[in-house]
This record gives sequence, structure tokens and C-alpha cells, in this order.
Amino acid sequence: MKRLLLLALSAALLGLAVAGCGEQKKEEASKAESAAAGKTLRLAIDADPVSLDPHVQLSGGMLQYSHMVFDPLVRWTKDMKFEPRLAESWEQIDPTTLRFHLRKGVTFHSGNPFTAKDVAWTLARLKQAIDYKGLYEPFGEPVIVDDHTIDIKTVRPYGLTLNMCTYIFPMDSVFYTGTDDKGLPKDANVKTEYSFANGNESGTGPFMVTSYEPGQKWVLKRFQNYWDKDTGNVSEIVLTPITEDATRVAALLAGDVDWIMPVPPQDYERIRATEKVKLITMPGTRVITFQMNVNRVEAFKDKRVREAFVRAVNNVGIVQTIMKGDATPAFQNSPQGYAGHIADLAPLYDLEKAKQLMKEAGYEQGFVVSMIAPNNRYVNDEKIAQAVAAMLAKINVKVELRTMPKAQFWDEFDAQVADVQMIGWHADTEDSANYIEYLNACPNKETGWGQYNSANYCNAKVDELVLAAGGETDMAKRAAMLQEAERMLYDDFAFIPLHWQMLSWAASNKVANAEEIVNVMDFPYFGDLNME
Amino acid sequence: MFAFIIRRISQAVLVMLVISVIGFAIKQNVGDPVREITGISVSAAEREQLRDQLGLNDPFPVQWARFLGKAVQGDLGNSFYFKRPALEVILSKAPATLELVLATSIIIVLLSVPMGIYAAVKPKSWLSRIFMGASIVGVSIPVFLTAILLIYIFSVGLGWLPSYGRGQLVTLFPGWDTGFLTKDGLLHLVMPSLALTSIMLPLFIRLIRAEMKEVLESEYIKFAIAKGLRPWRVLLVHGFKNTLMPVITVGGVQLGTMIAFTILTETVFQWKGMGSMFIEAVERADSSLMVAYLVFVGFVFVTVNTVVDLIYGLVNPMVRVAGRK
Repeated sequence: MKRLLLLALSAALLGLAVAGCGEQKKEEASKAESAAAGKTLRLAIDADPVSLDPHVQLSGGMLQYSHMVFDPLVRWTKDMKFEPRLAESWEQIDPTTLRFHLRKGVTFHSGNPFTAKDVAWTLARLKQAIDYKGLYEPFGEPVIVDDHTIDIKTVRPYGLTLNMCTYIFPMDSVFYTGTDDKGLPKDANVKTEYSFANGNESGTGPFMVTSYEPGQKWVLKRFQNYWDKDTGNVSEIVLTPITEDATRVAALLAGDVDWIMPVPPQDYERIRATEKVKLITMPGTRVITFQMNVNRVEAFKDKRVREAFVRAVNNVGIVQTIMKGDATPAFQNSPQGYAGHIADLAPLYDLEKAKQLMKEAGYEQGFVVSMIAPNNRYVNDEKIAQAVAAMLAKINVKVELRTMPKAQFWDEFDAQVADVQMIGWHADTEDSANYIEYLNACPNKETGWGQYNSANYCNAKVDELVLAAGGETDMAKRAAMLQEAERMLYDDFAFIPLHWQMLSWAASNKVANAEEIVNVMDFPYFGDLNME
Repeated sequence: MFAFIIRRISQAVLVMLVISVIGFAIKQNVGDPVREITGISVSAAEREQLRDQLGLNDPFPVQWARFLGKAVQGDLGNSFYFKRPALEVILSKAPATLELVLATSIIIVLLSVPMGIYAAVKPKSWLSRIFMGASIVGVSIPVFLTAILLIYIFSVGLGWLPSYGRGQLVTLFPGWDTGFLTKDGLLHLVMPSLALTSIMLPLFIRLIRAEMKEVLESEYIKFAIAKGLRPWRVLLVHGFKNTLMPVITVGGVQLGTMIAFTILTETVFQWKGMGSMFIEAVERADSSLMVAYLVFVGFVFVTVNTVVDLIYGLVNPMVRVAGRK
């Protein structure tokens, strides 16, 4: 009897399953038909965007998302110039006003027309957003001239207005105004809980989000009424976060995805050697440095000791061995192409001189320093720290190194628990002044300057130059000031520079113009991508 | 009996409290969630404000009491990353893990029973030696290495199997998307379940072999053979049936180990279940989700154990008395 029951039950279940399969097949067939009409890009990133709301967090991932679903007023080209997007042209009317002529006939994903009102609304929201308010502090109230002209105003002359306009991705002010079905304001900017903007989008960008499951799968479809007809042919992006490096690479090699970013350096060779995929690298702008804390170690107040530390570290060697040549040795903060970059700085490694300096300073026997570095934040961060510790041992400095995951590292960094601390920095403004403001300026709680200056290095002259550069709109003059500041830091051995990280992407050969859509900010413009 | 029930349940509650304290202690040391949800140039003051809003600045006991008060009502807090209630997130990830565990269990049963019996009956044959040798290898290779090897052989090298994820899913009923009903879903299931099997299978082969050997020595088997029953009937019906009890007991205990190994397997295959969710929560310092997961898993185990104990108590009165010694 029991058996009979069991049989009947399993038969029923099987019937259900088969029926389900049948329906599924029909669905699959219709899906296949629609996919055949266009190209699907299967994209694997180490982490997916955290929200559909571009203002929720200022991070690489969110900016990558913004460029897919929204358009900025202007955007960076591969050679660090500005190119018009939603702004067709612009002119400086007076020292604090930049007039933008906006593109006509642009519609949002919701169907609403794009006007100057949306730009003003978006700027006001940026000024409220925790992650952006600092960057937009120099900006005043914009003036709407007409539907397609807007004056962006700054409260003082400011040289980086255009840089900041690359982050203004106009949002659909009509769509985001009012209250949602929960009775909450639609424009709320919420980091950790539900908000309308976290789950709904209306931008002007090439792709619309059709479905998303955080941490799992995103599907973006080409926006039919996109204003730019002269773009790529990708009609759908399927974005999958693959956190595990080895799996991400394997998925590309197996042909399960078409594009991966970032590429773990240990797999560069393998990808270069594989026929059906290509590796694209580019010198990046994230500088990796060590800071020597003068408040914790008396010896660091002596410039000779700082110089000895800097000269003991063979950063060119680290790039060759640990980074396998895929990084650019640095002797300053500003990478090439930035206003403050100095082209002719000599390499600093000189072990004999370093020993000599330690002797002169009276530390021939060396001393003990503590050091911290993250182990999952920068490329090979832990290995680099170990190498630097070994190099410092040659001038009799004993390094007590601790490494930890980034989730714990920043609190320790802020508390300045160690004498020597690693920090990597990429300038949100894509400009030299930003590095010095955060890493080398005298720490000042009021202004927020020197927020990541755990060296407590303080040089009033450097601060003055950077402050003056902030109000300078003559770009040549401004660059001269920033270069002078960089040279001062170099001459004073303010920090231990290591290198600028490489940016890396890898794609299958189906992708035709991969090299053209990438840039030094690491926001690939997937809207412009062509696939075979 | 009533006293016994009360005692067991109060013990269970105590264990849950301890788990929540430990989970919370881990939470305090896993890192700062606010760092993970703000850009790097956000000022210290702004961050402090955000911490206040999220209640992260309150003293440990206050935070714990608040968590407990809500947990009793079934609210385990809010995941910062998913921006949804943590329990909801965990339950949405459960089907993936359960399907992986189920597929692995099926493979283990199908393989370990014949292998174990064969190795018991013919301990000296070369096939038995291969089984036993291979099982040692399987146990000694770490599961994530097995997983990566599988991916490189079957996905990158041969191109037979998909390298990551769950593939095409069908909604069985709201809240449960299954991969069992599509070819694509089943293909995606092959490697993760094999990787997980490689860790669990050897134990069962050895266990069945040992139990079987013991049973085969016993009088009633000899008697059955003497009666002239067919050898396979003696093996399966008379012999194997009596080895099942310890095997099932161990299987239940191994469920915990299985949950631990799913964390590694899911991470490598990007199988979006509870295991990879937990690891990612730790990496993102999504501490409320992390605690919720620990408490949730603890709750499942404690509940199962308590219920089993109570049933034992009903079936076998000796157990009830044993506690009073």
C-alpha cells in the first residue's frame, strides 16, 4: 500500500516537472529569437554596482554603472581630454561661470525629455550626497538660461569645474520627484535600505536596467531612443559579478563570458598566450605609497632618515619582480598626463647612500618600526609590503609587518596604529592637487585636508601652493604650481613612492574595438562597443 | 517526560544565546561596514554621523540587546549591501545551497553504497584498492583546489561544462528557483556537486566497508548463505540493511561539515547560495547579514538536535534518566 502511494506521488511529481519543462522550452525559444536580433555582451566584474542610484556611492563600480545607464555632461577621452556628451559645447563667461549648451532631442528612459532643469536638479542632489558633497563644495546655484542652456556657477574661481562635470550624470527630475507607493520620497538617497532610486532608474544612457539581483545577475538592454546613433552594436549586457579571480579568468578562457575586469596580474601571461582572447592593459593613476609617521617615530623628523628609507626601497625592482613589469615605477604622486607630473625625476634607489645617511643621522644600528598594509585592496599589496620590509632590513631597520583585509585596514590606518602605513590613492578629480590634499597636506580636521596623511608630514609651503592652485583658472600657471609642490615633496622625501598600478581588462576576440572604449579612469564606455 | 522537554528546550535557548553573543563578538571585529559603503574621500565627521544613524556607535551590550529584541520577533536586521532584511536575503539564497547539497547527497549515496559493499566483499581485488586509494586522495586535496582543477579541465580545456554560476533556472514556486529542471541548470550542477562529493564520499565508502565487513562475519549471514539464498540478496537485504543505522547517524552529523564545505565550493564556482553569500558578507563587512547567517545556521542546528533528542526521549526512556546522573 505504502509503495503504491509512493509510486503515485512520484508519478504526479514527474508529470509536474515535465509540464514545467515544456513551458520553459517555449520561453527559451522566444528568448533565443529576441537575442538573435542583436549582440549580447556577457560581462564579468569583480563586484557589481551596489545600487541603481548613481549618487549612493562614489566608487569605480558605480561610475562604470553610471556610464552604462546615464550620460554625463562631458566625459574623458582616452587621451585625457573632454568630449561633449549631453553638453554639446561650453564657454567660460566669467571667472566663476561656465555656460553649457545642452544637446536637444534627448529623452530619458522614462520617455521624459531632457532639459536644463534636470541638470540643475541633479547638481542639487549631488551637493546633498554624502560621497559627493565634498567634491561639489565649490559649486554654487546654477542658473537656467533656457531649456537647453545652463550656467554652472562656482563660489570662487575654480580650475576643475569641467573635471567635476564628468560626474554630473543628469537624472530624470520628473521621474525622481514625488513619493513612491510606500509613501517615501522618490529622490531619497539611502545607502543601506530600500529607496525608490536604489531600485529604479531613468537616465539618458545607452542601456536600461531590465532586471537585477544584487551580487548575482544584471540584465541591461539597449535603450531604443538613445540620442547617439553613432555608437556600438551591443543590444544587451548580462553583467555577472565573479568575485573569485581564478574563476573570472577561467570563465573568459572557457568562453562563458566575453569581457572581464579587472584581470589578476598572475594571469596576464596566460591570457596573452591564449589565441581567442586578448589582454588590454594601460598605465593607471592609482599610486601606491608608504607613509612614515613623524609623530610616532622621532627619527622620521630627520630628513636624512626619511631619505635613507626612500633610497633603501628599490621600487623599480619591485615593479620588475613582484608586478612582473605590469606597473609604472613612481617617484611622485602625479602620474603622466596630470598637471603636477614632473617628467624628469631621477630614480631614488641607492642602498650605499641609504646606509651612509643612517650612519650620519646616528642610526647605524638601525631601529624597529611597525608597518601595516592591506592584503586584499591593491594589486599584490601584501607581497609589496613584505618586499619593502626585506629591503629596509638592509639598512638595519627591523620591520614588524602586519597585513589585514581592507574591511579592517582603514580603521587601523585612521588610528595610526603603525609607524609606517601603506596607502594607495586615485584622485576622484583626476587631478594632482587631490593627491596632495589628502595624502601630504598638514592634517586639518576643519578643512578635511590631510585626511589620509598618517605621516603627519606638514609643509606649509606645499599647502599654500596647492591652495593657490585651487583658485587658479590659468591652467599653465596652475600646472607650474602643482609641479613645484610635487618637487618639494620629492626633495623633502615626504613619503616612500612605489608605483602606479596597471589597469587591465580582457576580452574575447568577438569584441572588435575593446582598445577604443577603455580609458585611464577604468570606466569602459560599453555603449560604444562593437561585437562581431 | 515533561521535565525533560523543559530541560532540553531551555538548554537550546541557552545555546542560541551563546551563539548570538559569539556572532556579535565576531561582528565587532570583522571591520567597519561604513567604510565599505562610503567613498574614500568622505570626511571622518560624515562617517561618524552615518555610524550613529546605523547604531554602530552604541556599546556592545546595547547593540546586542537591540538585536535580540528584534530577533525574537523574527527580524535579524538589515543587510547593508542587499538593502533588504537579512533573513529575507538568507532565505532567498537557501534554495541554491540546498540543491547543491541534495545533488551531492544523491551522488554520494549512488557511489558509496556499491563501492563500500564491493570493497568489503573483495578487499583484496585491485578495484577495491583503487577505490580506497582514490578516496584518500580525494580527502587530502583541499576542495577549492579540486574545484579549480575541475574548471580548468572540463571548462577551459575540454569546453564540456559551464565554468560558473547556476545557469538557467525555473521558478518552482515563489522563492524557489530550481536548476534541476533544465539541461543547462543540470550541467551547471555537475562540477560543484562533484567537488563537494570528493570531500564527503571517502568517509562514507570507508564507513560502509567497515560496517559491512563486521556484518559479514556474523552468524546470521553465514546461516543465510547456508540456507542457499542468492548471494546478492544476502548482501543487500540481510547484510546492508543492518549497516544502515550507523551510516545514517554519521550522515546526519556530516551535514554540518557539508555546510562548511559548501562555503568553499560555492565561492569557487560562484554558486550564489548561502555559503558564498556569507563569505562575501564578511569581505564587504556587511556585519548584520553575517551575524544573521550565523544565528540562522545555529538555529537550524539547535532545532534539529533538540527535536532529535526529544524523539529519542520519547522512544527510549533511558535517555531521559541519563541526564540526572
